[in-house]
Amino acid sequence: MVKATDPNQVIVTSGLTKVFPNGLRAVDALDLSVSSGEIFGLLGPNGAGKTTTVGMLTSRVIPTSGGASIAGVDVVAHSTLAKQLIGVVPQTNTLDRSLTVFENLYYHGRYYGMRSSDARAAAEETLRRFKLIDRADADVNQLSGGMAQRLMIARSILHKPQILFLDEPTAGLDPQSRLALWEILSTLHESGQTIFMTTHYMEEADQLCDRVAIMDHGKILALDTAARLKRSVEADTEIRVSVEEDLEALAVHLKTFDGVSSSQVLDGAVLIALRGRTALVPRIVDFVETGGFTLNDLSVSEPTLETVFIKLTGKELRD
Amino acid sequence: MTDTTLAQLRPARDASLSAFRAMLLRDVAVLRSNLYSFILRTVMQPLLFVFVFTYVFPKIGQGIGGAQGQATFSSLLVPGVVAIACIFQGIQAVMLPLVQEFGYTREIEDRVMAPLPVWGVAVEKLLAGALQGLLAAAIVFPLATFIPATPVHLQISWPELLTFLPLATLLGASLGLAIGTRVKPQQVTLVFSVVIIPVTFLGATYYPWAALDPIPWLKWAVLINPLVYMSEAFRAALTPQLPHMPVPAIYAAMIGSIALLGWIGIDGFKKRVTT
Repeated sequence: MVKATDPNQVIVTSGLTKVFPNGLRAVDALDLSVSSGEIFGLLGPNGAGKTTTVGMLTSRVIPTSGGASIAGVDVVAHSTLAKQLIGVVPQTNTLDRSLTVFENLYYHGRYYGMRSSDARAAAEETLRRFKLIDRADADVNQLSGGMAQRLMIARSILHKPQILFLDEPTAGLDPQSRLALWEILSTLHESGQTIFMTTHYMEEADQLCDRVAIMDHGKILALDTAARLKRSVEADTEIRVSVEEDLEALAVHLKTFDGVSSSQVLDGAVLIALRGRTALVPRIVDFVETGGFTLNDLSVSEPTLETVFIKLTGKELRD
Repeated sequence: MTDTTLAQLRPARDASLSAFRAMLLRDVAVLRSNLYSFILRTVMQPLLFVFVFTYVFPKIGQGIGGAQGQATFSSLLVPGVVAIACIFQGIQAVMLPLVQEFGYTREIEDRVMAPLPVWGVAVEKLLAGALQGLLAAAIVFPLATFIPATPVHLQISWPELLTFLPLATLLGASLGLAIGTRVKPQQVTLVFSVVIIPVTFLGATYYPWAALDPIPWLKWAVLINPLVYMSEAFRAALTPQLPHMPVPAIYAAMIGSIALLGWIGIDGFKKRVTT
């Protein structure tokens, strides 16, 4: 059984591993600990093992080896206890289509042992809080994507879980709904809710999470605050240059420029990371034009978690 | 924090029981709000069957087995029709929703995440399906009794009826769970033609099992069909004067089938929701 050394650690995993019957090692010896009150983000591309990790932490995926505990309760051995401590928002809309908006919350409360009057009161209060009260009697099939997502979150916290798990909470939402959702998560965070979320949007991890674990091929490659992760790339500027001609050749040339810490071809452009040399831009333009290249596009930005991911894996986060 | 957390946790047994109860309440609520469609889907097939074979046929002089045979036929159809109602609830209340929930909507997710073991959710499905089967049997029974143009002779044997009824409804639900957890949505129409239709046509519903004597191979082959035992059970309970299997054999076969199909269904359910 996996034990937390510090009682403040509400999620602890040790050597958590899942190998699927087809031989895929989806999660490979994961050691994690998440503290109470923290928003913890698992950032990685599709197929990195994020959902499998959430699956194991929420008793849906049985680990091949290693273990996980939630607030000191072993998830595998005592799943019925562990399930009382968690709320889960899965990737897809899993609202109960046979029930109304209100009933989705009411019966959820009943599943967790609330008395009828308590479940009713909790459902009403939560609907108010999530601005869904005027939809209480609506069919859940009539909700927009953003509203359905809000109801799923409302449902997942109705029984006051210690830890809220969200798997790709904003995948497929329009930008406005995404912002609204970030606001909800921030408010929950302020009220002390521990949140464990997965995402493949670096802005989401950057904006919301206290700590971010970058995951690929079932392993954690880096784990820190977003700010420190970005500092770890040892660059403060990122330049993307796109030309008609041979990108590899251009990448090699640009690498020799002063202050350039890395230069590589990615997604039809050369990506350069450098430190303190924004003045390099005119020189690059000059070099590209005199060197016989045709400049298509050039952009300058600050390093993001994407930069960190690229540095760690040599590929982009996006699919 | 961990200690207080553990103190707040309800023991697994208590949590599981209250979750189980709440899921039954949910299913009853859903049934109540769909009561009209429930009645329609339950009544339609038996109603037409009883109407055509035991009302229309005698009236137009196309009776099965002459006037004497017709009277017997009406009586012997009652148990068969009640058995069909039970098995159809297994299909409609358990199998079809499960196929949809596993295949498209995943809406069972919230119940799977509730604090009870996954097998508990499957057992709740069985029980809810069986309850709907009971209701269906109660609706269909009067139809089969009062519609026929020729008199129906029932000699209700209560001990058998009160034990066979829950067993038959559970058996129907177990069949629904076993199929529902192992079938993809695109295979549903195939299941209807390859499983459901043969099961209902060869389920000793329109004739007693013993009447298959002239076709020995079929008589033994249909024993893999759970509906045979359900029909024979209701025959033993409602029309014991007509030929039926020995009562102990029916009990054994029904309990055995529930155990087997129930196990296949619960195991299939666990495999569908955990990996």
